[in-house]
Amino acid sequence: MHGPDMTLAVKIGLSWCFAFLAAMNLTAIVFWVFRKEDGKLELPENFGLVATLCGLVFGVGLVLAHTSVPAPVSYSIGLVGLLAFGAYLVAVGLLRAGSAAAWTWLVFALVYLGLSAAYGYLPVSAAPVLPEAFRDTVDAVSGPVSFFFGSVIGLAVIIWFREFITRPAVGWIALNIFLAFYALSMTDWDFRQIVAKPDNIPITMMLLTVGFFTWLALRRAVENDRRIAEGKPVVEKEREEKVLVWPDLVYVELICMIIFTVGLVLWSIYLKAPIEQPANLTETPNPSKAPWYFLGLQEMLVYYDPWLAGVVFPGLIILGLMAMPYIDVNVKGAGYYTFRERSFAITTFLFGFIVLWVLMVTLGTFLRGPGWNFYGPYQYWDPHLVLPLVNVDFSDYFWLYWLGVAKPEHWALRELPGIIAVLLYFLILPPLLARTVFRRLYLQMGFARYMVFSFLFLMMAALPLKMLLRWTFNLKYIVHIGEYFFNI
Amino acid sequence: MALGDYIRSTQVWKSIFRHPAPVDRRNRVVVVLTNFVLHLHPVNIRKSGLDLSYTWCMGGLTFFLFLIETITGTLLMFYYRPTAMHAYRDILDLRDVVTLGILREMHRWGAHCMVLAVWLHMYRVFLTGSYKPPREFNWVVGVLLLVLTLLLSFTGYLLPWDQLAVWAITVGSNMARATPLLGHEGPLHSVLKIGEVGLIHSGSDARFLLIAGRTIGEMTLNRFYILHCIAIPLVVTSLIMIHFWRVRKDGGISGPL
Ligand code: HEM
Repeated sequence: MHGPDMTLAVKIGLSWCFAFLAAMNLTAIVFWVFRKEDGKLELPENFGLVATLCGLVFGVGLVLAHTSVPAPVSYSIGLVGLLAFGAYLVAVGLLRAGSAAAWTWLVFALVYLGLSAAYGYLPVSAAPVLPEAFRDTVDAVSGPVSFFFGSVIGLAVIIWFREFITRPAVGWIALNIFLAFYALSMTDWDFRQIVAKPDNIPITMMLLTVGFFTWLALRRAVENDRRIAEGKPVVEKEREEKVLVWPDLVYVELICMIIFTVGLVLWSIYLKAPIEQPANLTETPNPSKAPWYFLGLQEMLVYYDPWLAGVVFPGLIILGLMAMPYIDVNVKGAGYYTFRERSFAITTFLFGFIVLWVLMVTLGTFLRGPGWNFYGPYQYWDPHLVLPLVNVDFSDYFWLYWLGVAKPEHWALRELPGIIAVLLYFLILPPLLARTVFRRLYLQMGFARYMVFSFLFLMMAALPLKMLLRWTFNLKYIVHIGEYFFNI
Repeated sequence: MALGDYIRSTQVWKSIFRHPAPVDRRNRVVVVLTNFVLHLHPVNIRKSGLDLSYTWCMGGLTFFLFLIETITGTLLMFYYRPTAMHAYRDILDLRDVVTLGILREMHRWGAHCMVLAVWLHMYRVFLTGSYKPPREFNWVVGVLLLVLTLLLSFTGYLLPWDQLAVWAITVGSNMARATPLLGHEGPLHSVLKIGEVGLIHSGSDARFLLIAGRTIGEMTLNRFYILHCIAIPLVVTSLIMIHFWRVRKDGGISGPL
């Protein structure tokens, strides 16, 4: 059953978590205030010394927090480091610089500091938790439908407003919102059970890294698109000059390896790998989930039978990826970031990768519980939740509702309307599209490439289409030939 | 520094590294050309290919993680026996008994990271249009590597032999049952028959091939162990060699024409 929303461990964890968020924003101030036009950092004279000292004090507190030293004591030590750094920043330049962004980060830092202190010093019973009303609202509005439309609209907004969104300040605010949402949500017991599970950490890493790199790539694309429009060479062109691999590349690699190894070792010391009860094939856990990276496919099982969701679609994803370089005949955009020169290819890929893969993995891991039912992020995974399924086949619609007659006995006649619909989709749509929206593509690609492309494209569109049909018409199968396990 | 100079002047050092310290241009070229590990690199490289904001370092990171997985994996093999009797106990011992008991953690978290890194690497190769000619084939090799990375992770998932492992693999491998033609619950499997005798049943279908039985059992463990520790790593290693060779032959890390 439910556990407590706030515990001592959570409280201590959050006090440090918000201290980190405050430190992050203080560091951002450094970048905003001391960065010159040419991108170089021009730091005050003894910045390095002060930052190191403050960092050390903070670190000592953090290490002590893992010993038997009382939590408020170790926390206070960390806090001293943090406050000293903030005070130093205010003293050396923040006030003079007066940039609106830097002031905003200071406000963020102060808010986080307040929260951090609250979790650091208040007793468990008084520590703030996410308001019940907020959690209930989020749970109430979340569902597979809102999740999917939210993802699609979100992606469209990101692409459409990419020039605005790729500004550093906007990106920074987005990161702050994401992290603050995460941290505050940790005050919910149900959220913690799922999101903080050791094996689910990769999902959070995935959201952060995919989000960041999408932002970065779009930022570089926007910059290059602007240059192309002005008739200037792209950024990469200006960095075409060659340098020696030793030392320039070898050292970057070495540093990456060291940082990464240290990170991995710390992570491994901190978090134990999970081990559950010994294997027992007579006791099925609910939910039974595939490894996290396959949960997008498992999510597809809601809409398609295993032969499609588990075999044909994965196979086509692999084949489609392999075919991509041979289908994409656009010679532009090779070797540099751009959006405008490849808008169709990039939009399609982003839709497939982010909406249909990354976010489906997220949905499958965080929001699908017992019985593969949907649960809001703050909702209890109740194993007894039963959702009535009233899904009907296309043949029901056709014979019973529209024609008003009984369904034919033989499957061939019964499923004929569905079979025709599927055939129309794959046979009529490609030529139709070739004459209309894909006209230019068709001319560029030629017949063979176009046929492969349109087949793969329609296959990819089949998933969201079936989702829509399910949500609007409760459609179960378009073709349902149970006799041969052939259900679409 | 004198000590360093002395060491570099000894016969032993010279026999290993074959040239003086890479402090001048000539020796910085030579060091890359004559060192086995470094010769994976070209001698020089476009500045843009060096930019972390261009490559995200993800291909390199994937490779590095593959090495970490190989090393930690080999160490794990010293402790782990792939039998229904021992597997689970050995995993517990890795946590409770083995000195420096973070091997399993490093291997598991590293595997998660490798999956993520390979996705991100593909993502950046796509977004920079680096799959375009002449790099089409290396993209194809890359897709194979992506699939094999997932399979490596998937086969490893079973080895702890706990509830999490067997049921995740059950869910995953059940899909094979529905393979068209070749799965005993797949469409059209009844087409494959000799006379009246169906060829595809639960003891002969794609799933049976995958898990070496009608249900997950000790033979599955054995099969996945060999796939995980020997077969797939060998294939991945070969493909990585081809992948790197092609990166070089296709003109190094991509850049604008
Ligand atoms: C085990 C998996 C893989 C490893 C170890 C690996 C490693 C690398 C490395 C080290 C590079 C050099 C440039 C860079 O770091 O970005 C590279 C380039 C490349 N990779 Fe991979 N890769 C893997 C998987 C993939 C996948 C999944 C794809 C695509 C589906 C791919 C496609 C490419 C292509 C086309 C290049 C040339 C890019 C360019 O010239 O800019 N690789 N790979």
